[in-house]
Amino acid sequence: MTKPEFQDLLIPRPEGLYCPVGDFYVDPVRPVAKALITHGHADHARSGHGAVLASQQTLDIMAIRYGEDFAKIRQAVDGPVDVDGVRVSFHPAGHVLGSCQIRLEAKGMVAVVSGDYSRVANPACAPFEPVPCDLFITEATFALPVFKHPDPADEIAKLLASVRAFPERPHLIGAYALGKAQRVIMLLREAGYDAPIYVHGALQRLSDYHIEQGVPLGDLRPATMDKAEARDLREAIVISPPSAFASPWLQRFADPVIGFASGWMQIRARARQRGVELPLIISDHVDWPDLTSTIQEIDPSEFWITHGRDDALMRWAELNQRRARPLHLVGYEEEPE
Amino acid sequence: MKAYAALLERLAFTPGRNAKLELLQNYLTSAPDPDRGYALASLTGELDFAGAKPALLRALVSERVDGELFTMSYHYVGDLAETIALIWPGQGAARDVPLSEVVERLNTASKTETPAMIADWLDALDPSERLALLKLMTGGMRVGVSARLALTALANTGTVPLDEIMELWAGFKPPYEPLFAWIAGGPKPEPTIKAPFRPVMLSTPNDYDGLSTLDPADFAAEWKWDGIRVQAAAHGDERRLYSRTGEDISAAFPDIVDRMDFSGVLDGELIVRREDEVAPFGDLQKRLNRKTASKALSFSHPAALRLYDILIWEGEDLRELPFHERRTRLEAAVTTLDPLRFDASPLLNFDTWDALAAHRADPPAAVIEGVMLKRLDSAYVAGRPRGPWFKWKRDPMIVDAVLLYAQRGHGKRSGFYSDFTFGVWDDDRLVPVGKAYSGFTDEELKRLDKFVRQHTVERFGPVRSLSPDLVVEVAFEGLNRSKRHKSGVAMRFPRISRIRWDKPANEADHLATLEAMLP
Repeated sequence: MTKPEFQDLLIPRPEGLYCPVGDFYVDPVRPVAKALITHGHADHARSGHGAVLASQQTLDIMAIRYGEDFAKIRQAVDGPVDVDGVRVSFHPAGHVLGSCQIRLEAKGMVAVVSGDYSRVANPACAPFEPVPCDLFITEATFALPVFKHPDPADEIAKLLASVRAFPERPHLIGAYALGKAQRVIMLLREAGYDAPIYVHGALQRLSDYHIEQGVPLGDLRPATMDKAEARDLREAIVISPPSAFASPWLQRFADPVIGFASGWMQIRARARQRGVELPLIISDHVDWPDLTSTIQEIDPSEFWITHGRDDALMRWAELNQRRARPLHLVGYEEEPE
Repeated sequence: MKAYAALLERLAFTPGRNAKLELLQNYLTSAPDPDRGYALASLTGELDFAGAKPALLRALVSERVDGELFTMSYHYVGDLAETIALIWPGQGAARDVPLSEVVERLNTASKTETPAMIADWLDALDPSERLALLKLMTGGMRVGVSARLALTALANTGTVPLDEIMELWAGFKPPYEPLFAWIAGGPKPEPTIKAPFRPVMLSTPNDYDGLSTLDPADFAAEWKWDGIRVQAAAHGDERRLYSRTGEDISAAFPDIVDRMDFSGVLDGELIVRREDEVAPFGDLQKRLNRKTASKALSFSHPAALRLYDILIWEGEDLRELPFHERRTRLEAAVTTLDPLRFDASPLLNFDTWDALAAHRADPPAAVIEGVMLKRLDSAYVAGRPRGPWFKWKRDPMIVDAVLLYAQRGHGKRSGFYSDFTFGVWDDDRLVPVGKAYSGFTDEELKRLDKFVRQHTVERFGPVRSLSPDLVVEVAFEGLNRSKRHKSGVAMRFPRISRIRWDKPANEADHLATLEAMLP
């Protein structure tokens, strides 16, 4: 059974995690009066709330996605604040640009809502900061012991080897618009690839915003070439949201190599299901070793699991004599677009 | 192991034949001996390890991973080898394990040594290499590469024609170092087998109009039997049955090989025959793609050769002789063979193309696919020359079916919905009966793609389910009973022969129509 005092600080509700002391939600999936938001992915950051407290970058991303008036009141965090009796501070989560964990302190307890997080270096954001707490709230997107994501540099090397092996076939890499797309571009640049990279229109604004925020992406060109131009491309890399592969936009390319950058690509059946020829295992979530070692490192007296594969993580908790509770929060997607 | 694992991984996801060839060629030219030879052997199905069975692998992993976590993972991943490769503790890559070390030690290790040896490898390798190792040990690479394709890639790396390689192929043993040396420009190895494969002669398609320009008196005609084309070669104590591409399939047909007590090379159709009755292709399928055949199977599905031609007999090469002379020699040779296993394919009497058309329209058995025409003066030459031999296939079977699902294509068809699943009516439900991805023009493909986008009901990854609104005429070459298909039937080579934009879906055919077409 859960200690009753944690319930005084945080309660799972259909809208999301609710803090009764401060009367606010963290990453609510439905419109609420007061929301604290960890990061800008669409399933965590929705429009229509009364007031939003988030990092400046997350607020900017929400404005790009939903327009400037996505919430009535928009407040950027700048150091610890008091929200109606709860001491609130934001800490880097290492997931995407602007992503944070949210630390809540009230009634002598500390809870950390980590949102989505990663322990792998990502030049777009500060590394995950382990924050001591009594209650740690974690995702479990990749919480099966088969998820051990390789070094992303090796995956990029795979892509570049393929470009060399098939120079006449444009390489179209599916990547989510916020975070993954820019990550793939940065990894390519780190690997020394300095040719222009073509980006689908749906990625343009968020990529421009990364550049404004000091994340260099090199020479990006819009992937709006016509059929004749598309057929003249050599050694070309095109980044697009995966949804574009189902659209006629794809038809301009002759015999492309379809790739997809995602942690799910570790499982062959998932890659096949998506019709992918070049799966690239690049994730911005913790894999199983990072997830379990993070919990050990933070060593909370209890941890809760918001979404994902909670059955395996509950089994791990049992084997490691850790108190854990699955929240079964609905509305966080496996693969936000 | 690294390069081999990377090759297998890439092949597994690459649908295009040309891209597969390119990947194989890159590997075969860059990997060292003897690794590349063992890799080639793994792809051509020439490796077999007795000691490394799935039960052993499960036992090894259960010593290292919690059983419940393993079960959850296995359910999610869906493949035992892949689950073990990923869940095995550690990230490996401690040292590179050459493929040759794996193959050679698996071949020589004792039963008691094997588990620890495999565990050591799994510790040392990274997940992708582990998967390659596990697939190698348990067989079934499932990367969509036939032996023929692998050898085509090998031929492409040098200047030796594939036909020449196939002649000697059965005589080479992994890791094939003399073969690689030959292809790289070295001397042609001496044949190490006494009954090598000889390149097969193939026909080109023709029809009534095309044949009408030719003189029927120049041709012999025979039935085109629906089995698989094979070559039976025997010399001394060596007997081999080859597929028409030169793969040695002797082990699966002991009933034939036991009766190959001749010296020579014969060309014919492999069929299942009970007394005089040739069984449907489905019966033969039960005997294909097996490493061996049990006595029971040889008894219930007895194989036979229906002979078309004779290449070599008792040391004499007959390939230069005209067809009619070879035919006489063939008929004489057949009299010396076991009639239960060997007979000559009968010739058809005809003096006009109309007379032949009448034969073709009324074959004496359902397992006849049409007629073959051979110029009486034709020598037996390798390959598919146009002119001496023609096949005039029977008209395809046809049904009107409804499009149910569409899948995005690959390569030049990327972005187009080009792979279609279609169904026929069973009472008031549509049951899927097959898949087709050819038969339409580029213009029709564009229109089909548009139809798919406008009639999508649901999306599943690259697949869309469609509202049942479009009827297509599907042509196919044959129909078998199939337990694997929900409808109970499986088509051979189905393609879309016409798109019936005009026809309402409720006028499509019923399953009963298909069932009536079963042999």
